Amino acid sequence: MGVERWLIGLLVLALAGPAAAILPIQHWQTAGGARVYFVENHDLPMLDLSVEFPAGAAYDSAEKSGAASLTNGLLRLGADGMNEDEIARGLADIGAQLGASSGTDRAGLSLRTLSSARERRQALDTFARILRNPSFPQDVIEREKVRLIGALKEADTKPSTIVGVNFYRLVYRDHPYALRSSGEVATVETLTRDDLVSFYQRYYDRRYAVVALMGDITRGEAEAIAEEVTRDLPQGNGAEPPLPAVSRLDAGVRRFIAHPASQAHILIGAPGIRRGDPDYFPLYVGNHVLGGGGFVSRIIEEVRQKRGLAYSAYSYFSPLKRAGPFVIGMQTKREQAGEALRVVDSTLREFVTNGPTEEELGATKRNIIGSFPLRIDSNRKIHGYLALIGFYRLPLSYLEDFAENVERVTIADIKDAFARRVDPERMVTVVVGPQSEQPAAAAAR
Amino acid sequence: MPMSNVPISNVIMRAACLLVAAALIALSPATQASTEENRLANGMRVVVKTDRRAPVVVVMLWYKVGSVDEVNGVTGVAHALEHMMFKGTKSIKAGEFSRIISAAGGRENAFTSHDATGYVETLQSSQLELALKLEADRMNNLVLSPEEFSKEIKVVMEERRWRTEDRPRSLVFEALKATALTAHPYRRPVIGWMSDLETMTVNDAADFYRRWYAPNNALLVVVGDVEPREVFALVEKYFGPIPARALPVRKPQTEPVQRGARRVTVKAPAELPYVVMAFRAPPLRDAERDWEPYALDMLAAVLDGNEAARLNRTLVRGERVANSVGASYDGIARGPGLFYLIAIPTRGRTAAEVESALRREMAKIIEEGVTEEELNRVKAQAIAAQVYQRDSMSFQAQQIGSLEMAGVPHSTIDVQLKKLREVTPEQVRKVARKYFRDEALTIVQLAPQPLSTRRPVAPPAGVRHGR
Repeated sequence: MGVERWLIGLLVLALAGPAAAILPIQHWQTAGGARVYFVENHDLPMLDLSVEFPAGAAYDSAEKSGAASLTNGLLRLGADGMNEDEIARGLADIGAQLGASSGTDRAGLSLRTLSSARERRQALDTFARILRNPSFPQDVIEREKVRLIGALKEADTKPSTIVGVNFYRLVYRDHPYALRSSGEVATVETLTRDDLVSFYQRYYDRRYAVVALMGDITRGEAEAIAEEVTRDLPQGNGAEPPLPAVSRLDAGVRRFIAHPASQAHILIGAPGIRRGDPDYFPLYVGNHVLGGGGFVSRIIEEVRQKRGLAYSAYSYFSPLKRAGPFVIGMQTKREQAGEALRVVDSTLREFVTNGPTEEELGATKRNIIGSFPLRIDSNRKIHGYLALIGFYRLPLSYLEDFAENVERVTIADIKDAFARRVDPERMVTVVVGPQSEQPAAAAAR
Repeated sequence: MPMSNVPISNVIMRAACLLVAAALIALSPATQASTEENRLANGMRVVVKTDRRAPVVVVMLWYKVGSVDEVNGVTGVAHALEHMMFKGTKSIKAGEFSRIISAAGGRENAFTSHDATGYVETLQSSQLELALKLEADRMNNLVLSPEEFSKEIKVVMEERRWRTEDRPRSLVFEALKATALTAHPYRRPVIGWMSDLETMTVNDAADFYRRWYAPNNALLVVVGDVEPREVFALVEKYFGPIPARALPVRKPQTEPVQRGARRVTVKAPAELPYVVMAFRAPPLRDAERDWEPYALDMLAAVLDGNEAARLNRTLVRGERVANSVGASYDGIARGPGLFYLIAIPTRGRTAAEVESALRREMAKIIEEGVTEEELNRVKAQAIAAQVYQRDSMSFQAQQIGSLEMAGVPHSTIDVQLKKLREVTPEQVRKVARKYFRDEALTIVQLAPQPLSTRRPVAPPAGVRHGR
């Protein structure tokens, strides 16, 4: 079945309720235990592939913060007898694109290649060798550490970095989600080759690998590829690496950090929800009205449209394996930071108390459900959903059920979920720019 | 970030990004998908590209007017007007445009560049008519109120602070353009100078709208699950009644020959220096007959098209003098082209050191040329990229529109790929020799300043800091 057919099936579903599968996801496990997610589609002569692990910065320790990201970045810089230039040339020669990503929970490699036999074979061969047999060359590690420390010191001069780093520290305190995914200058300096090798051995475990494939191959080919790229990966004895639960904030925290920038950078938030949380849909739909719906959300209306206080103002939930953050963010001229904070605070309080109006909820549902085809209108986007569903063990029917889950959310659900999960009295507020809420003090030379 | 009205194709920003994007915009899909074209009696052009992979349509309305068409004292008005296009018409209240598109399950966006202004809606293909109806309405019936303008211009000033004032590397590019060019309006930032924004009035935006927003200055690009004939009929229905208008005469504003290297320093809070070298280079004019722009594209790719390309391999990986490097060429443009080389020194190394390393790499190409192997590699990348690009409908619309705005017919997309594949090592060497000359060079470096909590005092003489 082509993309076209099932997307049209989806459209029917969006209008007429549950029907057939939107996205025929095929799922199985490799001999070594990796979970595989595959959508077969032959419209374009190309293949997207990723292999990911629970190996993101959440698995770093405070002392070795940055190990997850550096391990991930080193994979492509030497493997199985190939040096970094040979790897890069081998992939470029056939037009393949290799990606390495290391986030909060997940880390891994991705590949985009032409599906024609010669190109695909060569791309997959290089990809598998990099993933299974990285060499972590000592001199390359030294060089990458220097580069990373330079980039970190540069980033630390920027208000956008400073606000983010401090926000996550205050929201997550001693939880690993507080750690900066790139690591800190002081911790990166101490990382050794052994740290990277042992991180790789521990976390790039084939039993917890998630393989996502989308594109111009058959089921049989997909099975062979999934075996090939995960075969000979490390295999430990331990259970899947645990992550501690996130504790709620006991009290609100406000922090002002001086910076000479013309704009104040503001982040407000708290621990939010995990993937698969039963409150996900009421919070997602509610937030769409509050600050997630682009130009029609309340925060942008109050901050930008009515008052011209900011170019960008938004809110979102970022669900993770454990409670990911709820975030409200904006930038505004430093002299008006106090006013912007007051506007956002009253907008949030009003919403948590009263929820959306019937009209807002209806318009939001029409947007989320009506725009559903836009979420899966390319191989890249579909591949992204496969990786997400696989990693977080969401139901295979996640996309199929999406419209119905959105449709059934009521105002009462939203009010109830926000009342339990978003407490305006217990939020972290970080402002980088003025030293305090009083513009006069901030402007003092 | 859920923001629209973002000028995504500010040429300055584009140049600072990965080269491959810039290089490949001149390549493109060998179009298996068909493209059909129509012109209305009022002069409006329509290009439809059918892509049936999903029941989705991208509607991209391009006006051939950008910051290049502004005059001094009113810089930034093309972009400010783009913001105002969401602020209501005779029949639709301020903000309603976005609400209607949103409730129809759509997403909207807009962008302003030196060359053009574009408005984009992405929706289920069944909603095509709605997007066309709304775009036709605001082409002809925009209401520009002083109240809405006074709020929105503050938003634009916030955007300038966010995009440029507080970003040292953006200030470098702003200074670079203002220095490399003297007569051509590409020297002015798309977002406009701050003092021009502070003094801009609603009448400035209204004048600009009346002068340039006419069907005979517009190109509609539609990509998606649509029937071209149905699109043409709907376009006729909504845009057909809008009368053509005489457009202002565009003066050439030809940039005079540069007669020597120009060098500027920007001081701003940062840790690492940042060096940008820009050489004047010709943009693509005649897709069939030109060869230099293709050779320049390939030159940029040989320098920075993949991780093992020359600059990264020698400066970052080998000598370790640079933390990162880049090369790019703006070949698709209404005005003069520039070829950029960018480097950030490793901590402890200086701007002068990365500059001389970049110069040495240029000299090597001038003296020894590039290898067949290197060239074949970047050609393979270009050929694969034209397949990958077909995965994105909005990319396809963007590509058709940006070529047309630069005066290059989209029908030459296949020719361009063919020409690119024909580039020889000798041609790459020739363009390097011809254009990597000090007489045509502008070099700007960022001199990092400590992050004091004091506000910056005054901009250094000769460099417009924007504040």
